Amino acid sequence: MTAIALTTFRRPSWLSVPLAIGIAIVLFWLAVTVLAPLVSPYAPLDMVGRRLQAPSWSHWLGTDALGRDVFSRTLYGAQHSIPIAVIVVTLSVAIGAMLGAISGYAGGLLGASIMRLVDVTLSFPPMLLAMAVAASLGPGLENATVAMVIVWWPVYARLMRAQVLEIREREHVEAAIAAGASRTRILFKHILPLCWTPVLISATMDLGQVILLAASLSFIGLGATPPSPEWGSMISDGASQFYSWWVALGPGLAILTIVLGFNFIGDGLHDYFDPKSK
Amino acid sequence: MTRYILRRLIAMPFLVLGIVTLAFLLTTVTKGDPLTAIVSDRQMNDPAAVAAAKARWGLDRSLPERYVIYVGNLLTGDMGTSFITRRPVAQDVFFRLPATMELVLAAMLVGSTIGITLGVLAAYFRNTAIDHAARFFALFGSSIPVFWLGLALLYVFSVKWGVLPGPGRLDPRATPPASITGFMTIDTLLAGNVKLFIDALWHLILPAFVLGWAVAGTISRLVRANMLEVLDREFILTARAKGAGELRVVIGHALRNTLVPTLTVIGYSFAYLLTGAVLTETIFSWPGMGSYAVEAARGLDFPAIIGVTIVGGVVFLLTNLITDIAYVIANPRVRLG
Repeated sequence: MTAIALTTFRRPSWLSVPLAIGIAIVLFWLAVTVLAPLVSPYAPLDMVGRRLQAPSWSHWLGTDALGRDVFSRTLYGAQHSIPIAVIVVTLSVAIGAMLGAISGYAGGLLGASIMRLVDVTLSFPPMLLAMAVAASLGPGLENATVAMVIVWWPVYARLMRAQVLEIREREHVEAAIAAGASRTRILFKHILPLCWTPVLISATMDLGQVILLAASLSFIGLGATPPSPEWGSMISDGASQFYSWWVALGPGLAILTIVLGFNFIGDGLHDYFDPKSK
Repeated sequence: MTRYILRRLIAMPFLVLGIVTLAFLLTTVTKGDPLTAIVSDRQMNDPAAVAAAKARWGLDRSLPERYVIYVGNLLTGDMGTSFITRRPVAQDVFFRLPATMELVLAAMLVGSTIGITLGVLAAYFRNTAIDHAARFFALFGSSIPVFWLGLALLYVFSVKWGVLPGPGRLDPRATPPASITGFMTIDTLLAGNVKLFIDALWHLILPAFVLGWAVAGTISRLVRANMLEVLDREFILTARAKGAGELRVVIGHALRNTLVPTLTVIGYSFAYLLTGAVLTETIFSWPGMGSYAVEAARGLDFPAIIGVTIVGGVVFLLTNLITDIAYVIANPRVRLG
């Protein structure tokens, strides 16, 4: 039955192969995030074996310098990285879209000052600015989250502003003005609903990059603090146990695959919206 | 066009001032107490010692006063003294800048060579296994964490197989040449030491590849898209009809016409390379600005962090400006917004 069902399944035209691969990988990691406590063989913080054991049947990815199971810690790591990426992107979209919309619709001095702030923030290499902010606020995951939002929101502000500028010139907006709608009503009912698609698509594609940035901050000790099983700080442990290669293997592959998943989705969406490049 | 360039040039000082202001504001929100980095634990209980340290670093002034002092000092090239190295930050940064530049330029070379080659192949063999492999290579490069890739390649190539050297810019037993340009490859040649030059080049391979891979991916995607567009044009048909060989058609006619966007993306990739250099340098013990920034951030060395951030921002701003202007000059049809 299943075999027949599989062969008769026809891929809908919007679902390109890269998009399908990306969605599958991301769904897998979402499942791991939710199911980590059920599928992990050990608890992430327990010292369950001799220290620095090579991978074996009882410890698939070996144990780290404190005798904790690397495989279990890698699975639990998803519970750190994925929610943080979602929080950072959501907050950045909220702040960026709001300020971008104000700047595009209100214009004037306020609009111009918002865009200058955007320009200045985007003139820093993202990683350097995130490091400087995170270090100034002090190490820790919350501060790293704030640092990443500060680095990321201008991207959406620029995008949203461009959208609002384009859509406010459309005829239906002119019709609404003629009908006597208030400025707030025009912004919320006639302009904003048409602006979201590109912002949300770019936000989805950015999730992978934010996971990378968060892991990078943790790797240099500015994000998650020990003993939490965060992928970046686990790789940092691996770097100090250089000859026990397995310590960094799990978290490295985890970051690689999930970011790859988001990049596949981005690539698929790109093909969909720009069919010329197929 | 002249107006556009002028406008961009006029905006520069304001953007730089914006960078400086933002960087300065960062120092004021700090929760980590910078005093702990300069005053030993025992002295912290001694009010006189704490006050002396505060006065020395200007921590006892009001905010606007500190801002004016800071900007004034910056104008004279004074970025403060590092808490950790106890040397002027400006001196530290400019001492370390060449190492980063050497790494970034090498990575750019590696990245654009691989990227252009793959992009051309992917477009020419569109929708074949070669195209798919190139796409996968590109996506892989922008997904892999550089700090992990660096560790993995060091382990495999240096420790396991021993075919490439370990971290650092030179063999640790070698005596480095006199620093003239700060570029190890050039300095060794200036010293006339070919053996050291090869050693320096050999040490560059892994970090340049690690850093260049992600850029290679971006470049290959862009070259592919542009090549696809150009390969369909009539002048390609004409070139073939006139009997030009395939290699000549692809390189001499098609690739040549994608050069402007390609050079632009290579220019913009500089931003990514600066970001990636921070982590690559840390893995490869590369004594550049990136590893300096990481040491500063770990040690809550605020003058150093802020100094590196400002220099990084200005370098970033300048390269983007140069890229934008070069793009406008090379492509006058571009619409200026």
